Amino acid sequence: MEQQRSLSGSSQSPRSPSSQPYLSVSVTDPVKLGNGVQAYISYRVITKTNFPEYQGPEKIVIRRYSDFIWLRDRLFEKYKGIFIPPVPEKSAVEKFRFSAEFIEMRRRALDIFVNRIASHNLLQQSEDLRTFLQADEETMERLRSHETGIFKKKPADLMQIFKDVQSKVSDVVLGKEKPVEESNPEYEKLKHYVFELENHLAEAQKHAYRLVKRHRELGQSLSDFGKAAKLLGACEGQVLGKAFSDLGAKSEVLSAKLQKEAHQLLMSFEEPLKDYVRAVQSIKATIGERANAFRQQCELAETMKLKEINLYASCHPFIMSCYLLAVASAYFDQL
Amino acid sequence: MMGSENPGFEESHLSASREEMENLVLDDPLTTTTATTNNNSYSSFRSANSSISDAATRHPLSPPVLSTPAESDPLLSPPVFRNPNASDNNSYIEPPSYADVIFSPFDDNSANEINRVDSTSHDLDSSLTLSRSSSSTSDYIKITVSNPKKEQETTNSLVPGGNTYYTYLITTRTNIVDFGSSEFSVRRRFRDVVTLSDRLVESYRGYFIPPRPDKNVVESQVMQKQEFVEQRRVALEKYLRRLVEHPVIRQSDELKVFLQVEGRLTLSMSTDVASRMLDGAVKLPKQLFGESTAVMAPHEVVQPAKGGRDLLRLFKELRQSVANDWGGSKPPVVEEDKVFLEKKEWIHDLEQQISNASQQAESLVKAQQDMGETMGELGLAFIKLTKFENEEAMYNSQRVRAADMKCLATAAVKASRFYRELNAQTVKHLDTLHEYLGLMLAVHGAFSDRSSALLTVQTLLSELSTLHARAEKLEAASSKIFGGDKSRIHKIEELKETIRVTEDAKNVAIREYERIKENNKCELERLDKERRVDFLNMLKGFVVNQVGYAEKISDVWAKVAEETSGYAKDSC
Repeated sequence: MEQQRSLSGSSQSPRSPSSQPYLSVSVTDPVKLGNGVQAYISYRVITKTNFPEYQGPEKIVIRRYSDFIWLRDRLFEKYKGIFIPPVPEKSAVEKFRFSAEFIEMRRRALDIFVNRIASHNLLQQSEDLRTFLQADEETMERLRSHETGIFKKKPADLMQIFKDVQSKVSDVVLGKEKPVEESNPEYEKLKHYVFELENHLAEAQKHAYRLVKRHRELGQSLSDFGKAAKLLGACEGQVLGKAFSDLGAKSEVLSAKLQKEAHQLLMSFEEPLKDYVRAVQSIKATIGERANAFRQQCELAETMKLKEINLYASCHPFIMSCYLLAVASAYFDQL
Repeated sequence: MMGSENPGFEESHLSASREEMENLVLDDPLTTTTATTNNNSYSSFRSANSSISDAATRHPLSPPVLSTPAESDPLLSPPVFRNPNASDNNSYIEPPSYADVIFSPFDDNSANEINRVDSTSHDLDSSLTLSRSSSSTSDYIKITVSNPKKEQETTNSLVPGGNTYYTYLITTRTNIVDFGSSEFSVRRRFRDVVTLSDRLVESYRGYFIPPRPDKNVVESQVMQKQEFVEQRRVALEKYLRRLVEHPVIRQSDELKVFLQVEGRLTLSMSTDVASRMLDGAVKLPKQLFGESTAVMAPHEVVQPAKGGRDLLRLFKELRQSVANDWGGSKPPVVEEDKVFLEKKEWIHDLEQQISNASQQAESLVKAQQDMGETMGELGLAFIKLTKFENEEAMYNSQRVRAADMKCLATAAVKASRFYRELNAQTVKHLDTLHEYLGLMLAVHGAFSDRSSALLTVQTLLSELSTLHARAEKLEAASSKIFGGDKSRIHKIEELKETIRVTEDAKNVAIREYERIKENNKCELERLDKERRVDFLNMLKGFVVNQVGYAEKISDVWAKVAEETSGYAKDSC
């Protein structure tokens, strides 16, 4: 996931439109729309490209957060095995949903998300990406609401979901911890690494976030202290009073600096760290998909074997019964 | 109190991360000592102690020892905070040396350590801070409270092994001649301290007498014995030290006896409120029915009515105060001193501001503590990440990144330590605000001495005028009868006697009132002078501390930034 990251959040200005193919996107201009519970933020998505499949050198559309989620889900389904760039999560706390800081952090993350897709050799070819970047708002809304929920799954998919649940339950009941592991040791090592990495990064991010909070708190209490010092100075004589009021003034200056530092810390340290956590989580999801696929393959292989055995058994009953006995006893041993 | 919070949070934080911190290899020579020992501030004090000798000679902020803070602004004296010549900051920054050592509460040796350490820091204090009184720097008295011991109540113990109490060893070192010897000790229990405090309040009306430590009855039941005893020991030491700082009280006999004479403290008139009330209740009927003189003896006049044995007097003064507040006519004498009244208002305002400031100081301390903790936790999290990356690395670039990350992590841990040290010192400096809040109580006490003395005067004056009026009426009545009225004349004689005695009492009361007024005035002046010095020292200490540690912390980060500057260049 090596990407160019523009930390300033401004749009990546495309290099001179020479013969070099380019696709660059910027997510800007958050605007609050709607009222009350249904209020949401809309973003302006500006695409600049010379890809032939696209409608023109520049296109501007309006998108909201769930549109980005739609795009991510579509890519995740279609491009199995590829690490899909992560999207920022929903806000856990309702009241921060519309705070300026949260909106800015989300806008940046969304901008990075789309640009990573746009820079990825495979993903940038996606039709869903084109839809996302170009379709008008009504089409987008239709697609978005159509794709959510269980109704989008085909019957065969539903069957598969039930089977997955079934096998998971039986695994738990029989005491098996993990599904069948692949025999590739390097892959296993990588998998283990990724899982562990997520824990460490998440912990680091947690503390980073707390550190931001601490800076803010220190700034606040320094400011309060400064005010109290000034008031105290007002009671006192010239020399002492001046000393107190100087202290108060400086404390307030420092407090402002601390608030700024907190903001910087958030944007330049905590958010990128969080981005890495999300990225690792996305990798985990892909790993999960691989494990699912692998397990399906195993089960299908088993099913096929059983069917073969049935076929053979129907032709050779006596041999078959001996064989079945052997298999059964082996199975019980395993248990 | 803020002071006692420190051992608590030190301990808990240390136990969580001690092993991890000790495994760090830190390059900075000054902090190696703190890394290997368990970050005991005592050791950091010791390591800083070695630099004290150079510091004392060329400390950029050292003002003249005998200074009057009146004209020159000490805070404006050499403002060279950024010394471009000193490449090493160790000589400039000695924040640990400003204040006493933080001790562990359950350490038996702590008392001795404090004794030793205190004497050095005392010298340091006098050279680095403004001294309170320029004239008496030769006078020296130092009190230490240590060695709490559990003892048995020997008398009246119906239950075997019943009442136990703690005694504390109170050691005094002094060069003041009046005490007789230069070093002596005595064992006292808390009850004795209460007695001392009560006696002082009685004898020194009008003075700002430092308030004694609370009895803390609830806390003594709820807290762990060790902790409670230690808390009390600290409080007692503070109290006694404040007492001897007071120029008038340090000469008092009560204090001398307390500090020197072993055995049960029996200063005069040491009985509790209940028994006094009982005595008063016994006297009252006699007073009312005229069997004993309903008049105050002069020695009683100089004490306030409240808490005394004379219930009748209490009643009279109460009546007078009600008349003052609700009655139509002005009382015979009022508080006229305009200057005093203004001062009183101002003190009230000051108290509010000090209280506010001390609250904000507490939350500042908490914020600094949190900052240090979180910074340390972040550092540790990154250290774990570094270790993980090193162990699981599949590419060499990971190891390179891990090494860089380690720089960041150790920087964070270092910064976290500095924050904790900074905070410990901040607590000591800003504690001055707390102390002055306590002093405000003493001021209130002194002012109420004044008003109760005034009330006594007013009551006596009213009584006198009533008596005079009665006498006049009797004389008028008796003069109508030719040859006199034996019983009336007798009554007039008695009345005249009463008037005479009351006149005497009134004069005594007026003298007492004037005396208290004078005491108030002196004390207010002393408060002003001392407060100015104390607050300036507090501000100075606080600011120098902040600057010093800010420098240390920024150096740490600057070093990391330099070490990892490659990344910044790459991404440009």
